[in-house]
Amino acid sequence: MTATVGQQAQAAARANDVWKVYGSGEAQVIALRGVSAEFERGRFTAIMGPSGSGKSTLMHCLAGLDSVTRGTVAIGETTVTGLGDAGLTKLRRDKVGFIFQQFNLLPTLTAKENILLPLSIAGRKPDPAWYDTVIETVGLKDRLDHRPAQLSGGQQQRVACARALVSRPEVIFADEPTGNLDSRSGAEVLNFLRNSVREHGQTIVMVTHDPTAAAYADRVVFLADGEIVSELIEPTAETVLDTMKKLDTPAEVGN
Amino acid sequence: MFRATLKSLLARKVRLILSGLAVVLGVMFVSGAFVLTDTLGRSFDSTFADAYSEIDVNVAAKPKVDVDEFEGEQTANPLPAAVVDRVKQMPGVASATGVVAADGARIIGSNGKVVTSFGPPQLGENWTGESELLRLREGRAPQAEDEIVINRALATSAKVQVGQTVGVLTAFESKKRDFTLVGVFGYSGDRDSIGGANEVFFTTPVAQRLMLGEPDVFSSITVQAADGVSDEKLRDDLAGALGADYQVKTGEQLATDAANGLKEGLSFFNKILLGFAAVALLVGTFLILNTFSIIVAQRTRELALMRAIGASGRQIIGSVVLEAIAVGLIASVLGLAAGIGVGALLAFLFGKLAGGLALAGIGVPASAVIGSFAVGLVITVVAALLPALRASRIPPIAAMQDVATPDRPLTKVTVAGSLVTGVGAVLLFLGLSGNAGGQTLTTILGGVLFAFIGVALLTPLLSRPVVSLLGAIFSWSVPGKLGRLNSGRNPRRTAITAAALMVGIALVTGVTVILDSAKGSIGALAQDSIKAELVIAGSQGGPRPPSFDPGVLDHAKALPGVQMVDGEYGDMAKLNGQSTWVGASSDIASLRQIFSAKPTAGDIDRLGPTQMLASSDTATSRGWSVGSTVNVQLTRGEARTYTVSGIYESGQLLNPVMLPVTAAKDFAIPQPFQGYIQLAPGTAVADVQPQVESLLADSPEVSVADRNAFIEQQTGQLDGLLTMIQILLALAIVIAVLGIINTLALSVLERTRELGLLRAIGLRRSQTMGMITVEAVVISVFGALLGVVVGTGLGAAVVEALKDEGITDLILPWGQMGVFLGLAAIIGVVAAVLPAIRAARINVLGAIAHD
Repeated sequence: MTATVGQQAQAAARANDVWKVYGSGEAQVIALRGVSAEFERGRFTAIMGPSGSGKSTLMHCLAGLDSVTRGTVAIGETTVTGLGDAGLTKLRRDKVGFIFQQFNLLPTLTAKENILLPLSIAGRKPDPAWYDTVIETVGLKDRLDHRPAQLSGGQQQRVACARALVSRPEVIFADEPTGNLDSRSGAEVLNFLRNSVREHGQTIVMVTHDPTAAAYADRVVFLADGEIVSELIEPTAETVLDTMKKLDTPAEVGN
Repeated sequence: MFRATLKSLLARKVRLILSGLAVVLGVMFVSGAFVLTDTLGRSFDSTFADAYSEIDVNVAAKPKVDVDEFEGEQTANPLPAAVVDRVKQMPGVASATGVVAADGARIIGSNGKVVTSFGPPQLGENWTGESELLRLREGRAPQAEDEIVINRALATSAKVQVGQTVGVLTAFESKKRDFTLVGVFGYSGDRDSIGGANEVFFTTPVAQRLMLGEPDVFSSITVQAADGVSDEKLRDDLAGALGADYQVKTGEQLATDAANGLKEGLSFFNKILLGFAAVALLVGTFLILNTFSIIVAQRTRELALMRAIGASGRQIIGSVVLEAIAVGLIASVLGLAAGIGVGALLAFLFGKLAGGLALAGIGVPASAVIGSFAVGLVITVVAALLPALRASRIPPIAAMQDVATPDRPLTKVTVAGSLVTGVGAVLLFLGLSGNAGGQTLTTILGGVLFAFIGVALLTPLLSRPVVSLLGAIFSWSVPGKLGRLNSGRNPRRTAITAAALMVGIALVTGVTVILDSAKGSIGALAQDSIKAELVIAGSQGGPRPPSFDPGVLDHAKALPGVQMVDGEYGDMAKLNGQSTWVGASSDIASLRQIFSAKPTAGDIDRLGPTQMLASSDTATSRGWSVGSTVNVQLTRGEARTYTVSGIYESGQLLNPVMLPVTAAKDFAIPQPFQGYIQLAPGTAVADVQPQVESLLADSPEVSVADRNAFIEQQTGQLDGLLTMIQILLALAIVIAVLGIINTLALSVLERTRELGLLRAIGLRRSQTMGMITVEAVVISVFGALLGVVVGTGLGAAVVEALKDEGITDLILPWGQMGVFLGLAAIIGVVAAVLPAIRAARINVLGAIAHD
């Protein structure tokens, strides 16, 4: 099945008949079965599905962290499939931002240094206006000189968000960004992600299994057993939950 | 619990092997030392047992001056030929043969150089016929005065053939004398020498004259017992009949004594090897301590889980200690095996160097096995004890939490470090100032050990500022900056890793400081106080110092442009029963001027045949003043009484006692060792030097050099020593490199997620490697810096303590220190290679995907 969305805007990331197979023979697991999807520029897309549905795998393949068995993946104009390590590194530097469930900040660096790290690695100077905007939006002005250990979980994740945003990547991939946060901090982070899409035209692809989190997105793509099975535009927590419930039943029967 | 421990051991093979390697190297030294000593010891035993197998009883005159193994070779006291006849008449004696055998017969090889020995004697002997043991392989026995026979090994190393004319220097003639080589002999069992000894056989009268200095004397008498008389009985009978002036021994006793003499020297070598083992093990202890600490830190969750499901603190300690025991056992076994190999190799090399010592089979004495296991196990377990204690204190709750181990304050460790360093300093002070009451060496070594441990404990505190300063050099790049921050993030780990390197570098630096200072001080002293423009001397390769024909001195004096000539003799003698080094000068007035000696009492410009001079220190300690009489027993001749006629100010280059040159004929080596030539003002050195050189044509052991070259040559012997010590200590540095590799590898493992993140946000592989490399370089340069500082401190302390011994100038080897720091940087780069590759290969997805 193919998701037929995204005609109205140019795609920031695209998967074309992507297959991902692990192992071989008896132990073979098919994580993705011919997934094709487009993620439009300037939109906030959530990928949902029960555990084992392949949602994380899809995101890893899209971001160039994992190779695909068949099919192609592209970020903007760049075809990711077939790039070597140097190409992938450059892609990650210039086109992609990441937000992880475990924040993944460097403990030795201050918040500010963490935020600027991707730029310093690439040897680029931050755009001062944009940097100020990002700092303003994440609300960390007075915490910039703190080290991660001195920040709360929510604050750490906001630093991670700022780090992803500051280099203005083509697309930001967020992997369960609220998975390790309490609901209030989670809501803050999600609001912040939604605002960066609405106000600054950022593209975000977020993997989550939390319907409340998915409801912050503009669009939700549902995966089950490695295939895109459904999608919602302008979702609410209720509609997402309903869709999930419908998905669960056949999936269990299938097992 | 046991099974869990075993599993976790297997899961950590590589890092345990790395840390175990340090123990392996240390144990290797220990077992190698024992195996070598044992093998060589047994080789000596069998060699001498064989060499003396045809002697039932041996009679020799008591030596006049006892010389111990480290002072030189014992010179036999000749016995008159009449004694041989007396022994022949005695009951129970089947035959008695007078034997001449003395050290100092030196063959000049076909290349014009003297064949030297690195230890075994160069015997000049009288030919008494072939025997079961000794057989001519070529030619015939010596019959004429100018004929000699030599052993096969010597003929081979001198590259001479039967029929050729061969130059020989003998005990009483350091002027070349030509002989015809008429035969070459070998020993039973197809051996070319016994124990590597070089042997030259003359006819009996020639041997007596050239090797013993007088006719009708022998070194000893070889006695065969008549049938039915036991060796022991014959020995006791002979001893009773000959009286206390003679030593009578059975062949067996002779072999044991000879072997024991060599074994004494061997035990000294054994101690040196064990010393290096101690250094290797000290460094290894740091390495193991670090590895186990890191492993425990990484396993916090696992250990906490064990506690949560009911393991007691004691069980946790047990499991860590069990791991240590396993590592220690395996390392000991490997070290023992490697040590047997090394011991065998060294024994083989020693045999070669000693000119073909027939080696007994390689044996593994119980001491090697016990020593290896004791050392290997104890070191490993002791090093793991601290981490084990820490592991047992992990609360069960840690299994449930995301452990953020806060930096524990460094106060305790700093206080402990200061205390231990203080103890080390006190011990060093006591030892070096000579107040340790007979335990000087032990006290100094203890002081060094305490100082090392103390400084190692202080390193965490030092590491923060120093590391961040060092790292600042690399901070211009992002990977450099990250590397710097990483090396500063766990001060304890960085500190221990650096401390391991510190030990090796500190020892090398310390030794270099001491030897350079000694060299510089001696050089400066010689430069200041030797007035001679030309010096005749040779460099000593074996136990016998090079000497030359005294006639050269007279000829040199007659050369135009030569103002003064002084030839120096020396030997150990008994002065009023006490062993003392005595010198003799061919021209005491010249000596006085050439060495700027100052009189403190009496007259030191002349010396009558029964007069002697003493240095002020010797005079004070022996209670002599001008007019005192002293009983002097030299190596040869009867004891004589000398009167002190003058006292000179003690100096580094002056002998404690000077006898008239007439006494030199009774010295063990009755030829001068060194000659000093002072030129008339305005004479060019280059004019005289070639003429002296031609005078020395028949004394190939020595050469003439100008003063600078002579000083260079004399102090150059220290360079060889320095190089040897540096090579052995390099091992400690190799172990430290293993430590750096280990620490980095473990850190990389620990930071997998971080590395993954960095790669995910665009750090290139090369940048990742750069980051790890910077970390390694910072750690190793930090260690080297500490080592250089500590080593300089230790070296300076020793130099200060030796001030009275004449090491007056503290010379800091800046160049060498720079080299060490540079070397440390290279070491860092090398140590980083494997961990860096590993870090660069980290699978980005695997590292950051949630677990």
